[in-house]
Amino acid sequence: MFVPFIYELRAREVPVGATEAVALARALEAGLHENSLDGFYHVARAILIHSERHLDDFDQAFLKTFRGVEVEAKKLKDELFDWLKEARENLPELTDEERALLEELDPEELERLFNERMEEQKEKHQGGNKWIGTEGTSPFGHSGRAARQGIRVGGKGKGRSAIKTADARLYAGYREDLTLDVRQMQLALRKLRTFTRVGGDEELDLEGTIAATAKNAGELEVVTQPPRRPNTRVILMMDVGGSMDPFAHLCSRLFSATKKSSHFKELRTYYFHNCVYGRVYETERFTDPIRVNDLLHECGPHYKLIMVGDALMAPYELMSPGGSIHWEEDGERAEGIVWLMRLQKHFRRSVWLNPEPQKYWLGNTIENIASVFDMYPLTLDGLGEATTHLMKSK
Amino acid sequence: MSQPFTRFQGTDRYLSNESLESAVNCALVLERPLLIRGEPGTGKTLLAEAVSEALGMKLIRWNVKSTTRAQDGLYVYDTVQRLYDSRFQDKDVSDIENYIELGPMGKAFDADERVVLLIDEIDKADVEFPNDLLNELDRMRFVIDETQREVAAKQRPFVLITSNAEKELPDAFLRRCVFHFIDFPTPELMEQIVHVHHPEMEASLVQQAMETFYEIRSMKRLRKRPSTSELIDWIAVLKAAGVTDVKLEGNLPFLGALLKKEQDLVAFADQLTGGRRWRS
Repeated sequence: MFVPFIYELRAREVPVGATEAVALARALEAGLHENSLDGFYHVARAILIHSERHLDDFDQAFLKTFRGVEVEAKKLKDELFDWLKEARENLPELTDEERALLEELDPEELERLFNERMEEQKEKHQGGNKWIGTEGTSPFGHSGRAARQGIRVGGKGKGRSAIKTADARLYAGYREDLTLDVRQMQLALRKLRTFTRVGGDEELDLEGTIAATAKNAGELEVVTQPPRRPNTRVILMMDVGGSMDPFAHLCSRLFSATKKSSHFKELRTYYFHNCVYGRVYETERFTDPIRVNDLLHECGPHYKLIMVGDALMAPYELMSPGGSIHWEEDGERAEGIVWLMRLQKHFRRSVWLNPEPQKYWLGNTIENIASVFDMYPLTLDGLGEATTHLMKSK
Repeated sequence: MSQPFTRFQGTDRYLSNESLESAVNCALVLERPLLIRGEPGTGKTLLAEAVSEALGMKLIRWNVKSTTRAQDGLYVYDTVQRLYDSRFQDKDVSDIENYIELGPMGKAFDADERVVLLIDEIDKADVEFPNDLLNELDRMRFVIDETQREVAAKQRPFVLITSNAEKELPDAFLRRCVFHFIDFPTPELMEQIVHVHHPEMEASLVQQAMETFYEIRSMKRLRKRPSTSELIDWIAVLKAAGVTDVKLEGNLPFLGALLKKEQDLVAFADQLTGGRRWRS
């Protein structure tokens, strides 16, 4: 039980290793779990998990591994009735008739049927579509694939049992691979902060003064130093309009998080549509254009470039010269991808944040752009990785 | 490892639950630091007091600030005092030991009995702070450079670390800790908590206050949602002022005890009037 559980956690990218496994073994040896599955759940969670964002993964892995154990521990009291929390997205292939049939059952009816079937049923049962058990399509039991919420059977009657706790997925909200709010974004962006001491000696260096005075046999010697100042310059370029509309809310949150971050020495924001061509714009309505070449001239390679966009467009918009849907006045008719490569080459550190879910990143223009820019999903995890990437020295 | 040990089971004033007790007991048995995270005001710091009270161990606090360095927790060598004393020659300045002041962590190691060491709000300090503590937390000993004296823990203290999840803590640090996340209490648990703090309160007032509280908490756009400690303070103020009934409306008595940011008060007023218009 133990080892598969650890591997299940690792499969979900929860960082568990030998250290945690050994600690857990010691805790179990000391009898901390009081020989119950509930006890084990709490002990294992305390030791194996190090952050609330993994609690949900833990609950799911626990369910998956210990499902069989729960089946043993069922057939208990009336209190076991609990509405099966069925993730809607897990609905498998049910026939329409089955679904319609199940849809019609109301809760009271369900409970009555349940009691009837409890009478009829003698053995534990898995699969099938009538009996109470696990993994079936009957509205009873748990982990099943009934088309609507049914009655959940299993777990222990007293208090909230481990399986119930795990099943309730109370911690789903703390997952970090979901998209995020402004404050979380700010915290992620805070990693971009660096300080350097530059400028005139304006601050008293207390430690230095004490050390120097002590060395100087007690004769006071004042040492000063320049104050700490933020030293990161950031350029944020955002795709707006068209296919980006569904993500407008998310992007505006990123935008305000970036704007509010006071720890950048300089922040420039520009907009583009679909892909960067000869110029980018200072407003969302595409006024106040600035030529990309001028921008590259003004901003040295030490600026951190953050591109935000879904990177989805018609291939010709990316690949053919003058693919821009806007008419270009000056003769700069390079392909979109060339402009992107120019940007990427110019800056020492750049990232592309993509609000599209990662599973859609293959077989379209996203793939092309990801070959130019280091691309990260626009989620808290993704943003964290992106900022780490931006801070690496090169 | 199978010898009996004293289990922590909460106290009269501190209501715990199975998973919290489990985490505390794990940390006690494994002699690892216990890292507690959760929303502000859910009783992270109070847990240290509860453990100290329940297990009869002395509590040593270390409140971490943004300027705190790991070294401060171990010891401070008061060079200035020594320099100062040397001018008057009325004290023995030849012994550096006189000018070494142990920090909270140093004191916890140096204590004769097992103590509870609370490192409060570790995430306030610099990002590297937890890493600087790793070695000392692991080995529970350190050397004072100036005197070459080694301070080693006679009894490994029970180390409790709280964090507001503001900053990521380093992985190496996390791996050495037992972790517990304090959930926001359910209304039932909250009622018990309120009862523990204000046993003689009228049930009806408590009920009203709780309803109002949860409604305010569910409001959107609040920067800092009120939590347990705010509710308890608020009820205390209501009691002191002799308020007998509370309704959710514009002039809610002592709203300042629940909402502490100006923007939140504005958002509260907005949503209240907005809601009115919508309801009527």
